Amino acid sequence: MIEQKLEPKRVGKGLYTWVDERLKIATLVEYMSHKVVPKHRGSIWYYFGGATLFFFVVQVVTGILLLLYYRPGADSGYESVKFIISEVSFGWLIRAIHSWSANLMILAAFIHMFSVFFTHAYRNPREMTWVSGVLLLGLGLMFGFSGYLLPWNELSFFATRVGTGMAGALPFVGKFLMTVMRGGDDVTGATIGRFFGLHVAILPGLFAVLLSFHLFFIQRQGMSEPLEWEKGAAGPRKYYPFFPNFLMRELLIWLIMLNILAVLAVVFPDGIGVVHWPLGQKADPFAPPPPVIRPEWYFMFAFQALKFMPAHLLSVEGELIGIGVMSLGGLLWMLVPFLARKNMEGQKPILINAFGWVVVIFIITMTIIGYILK
Amino acid sequence: MDNANQDRRGFLNWLIGGGVIAFLGSVLYPVVKYMVPPASGEANVSQVKLPFKLKDLQEDEKHFRIFKFGRTLGIVILTPDNQIRALSAVCTHLDCTVQYRKDLGLIWCACHNGKYDLEGRNISGPPPRPLKQYAVHINKTTGEIIVAEGQG
Repeated sequence: MIEQKLEPKRVGKGLYTWVDERLKIATLVEYMSHKVVPKHRGSIWYYFGGATLFFFVVQVVTGILLLLYYRPGADSGYESVKFIISEVSFGWLIRAIHSWSANLMILAAFIHMFSVFFTHAYRNPREMTWVSGVLLLGLGLMFGFSGYLLPWNELSFFATRVGTGMAGALPFVGKFLMTVMRGGDDVTGATIGRFFGLHVAILPGLFAVLLSFHLFFIQRQGMSEPLEWEKGAAGPRKYYPFFPNFLMRELLIWLIMLNILAVLAVVFPDGIGVVHWPLGQKADPFAPPPPVIRPEWYFMFAFQALKFMPAHLLSVEGELIGIGVMSLGGLLWMLVPFLARKNMEGQKPILINAFGWVVVIFIITMTIIGYILK
Repeated sequence: MDNANQDRRGFLNWLIGGGVIAFLGSVLYPVVKYMVPPASGEANVSQVKLPFKLKDLQEDEKHFRIFKFGRTLGIVILTPDNQIRALSAVCTHLDCTVQYRKDLGLIWCACHNGKYDLEGRNISGPPPRPLKQYAVHINKTTGEIIVAEGQG
């Protein structure tokens, strides 16, 4: 009798029945078992959302671990990061994984977003999924910006000064916004406190809520099918079941990514090339910035575009025009599902594709120029 | 009767709506005010004595030093014609700290490649305004440098 009870299968079944009696999950399981994923040339793109999610989970876990030792403040931020990477067992590894995974998360999110854009998967009925996704990317970038300051080294100090200075250049609300962000007139220990709160409390909270919506929408509506299928042009439609086929593939990809992450973190704990985060010198508000000062790669296009703006354009500060045009571009980008409605009825959504390519080419060109030009 | 009811409903809607707005306002006002930090206790000054002497600047191979001028930063430069000049060190573009480039004979901002001449005039790159110039007084006997508000 006892031996029978300990059989894992029996225990599992008993547990399932126990929960089902109380929460009626059988209908949910039934619903999930019918979940399918469209099988076509572009199926590979379905994995990038999951990849982004995977890196986010890694960020949460390693972030919590870093919290055990990190102490915010102008007198302790730099010192505690130094302590983590030089004294704490595997501290260097945790920081390296957190930094690599942050970069890979943004990269995966960009790929995910552009693949959704060019397959037009944002179209009716998935407008809300798109909007929540763009907002999630925005939060992701804010995570990057706020986390960058926390080690309080030379680079992070000036990057934050410039970044918050950009907010300060905005008309009317600029000064207010900049003071609130910096916690004073200049970037100081007060700024670390604010960025720390943002990075470990406010942003994770907002992100969790938005992410729940994003995932709920996807579960409710299922994967988007290619535009050609809708227009009835292609041959027979193929699907594979989500459980277990797609899930197994996804888990395999996550495993591969975890391995890549581990190799990168061990071989290049300080990053390499344009993704580089050596701790370096402690921030010194009196010192001029180091000769090559660059933002992280995902801000490079905006940074470079602003560099190209003249000081004044028709008596308005060039900076403002640059920020204005890019903000407007971002807003249009978020509203694409609503703007593209008419365009989608034709054979090919030429206008929207053109807009997408202009954005892609702009980002890539500006990024490359940013790294080549001194 | 109907009209009277309408009026009453309208009045109540106004009352409730107004109450909600007033309530939100009274909650948000302190929150927003709380987020704005109090003004720094440090006063803005009109004149400072630099924590280094003329000799230190002449011996410094970079020929410039950054100093604290009240709540902001200043830069003091030894020009090629052996003059001492002091200006605001805060780039008028996005608040980076500028530096003197001996090789270029210019004041340069590393963040966005902004350039100023030694009078502080913005001559190239994104800076929209010139750097503020300060007056410099040097005590010939002690070598102390005193920087003050006002044109040099």
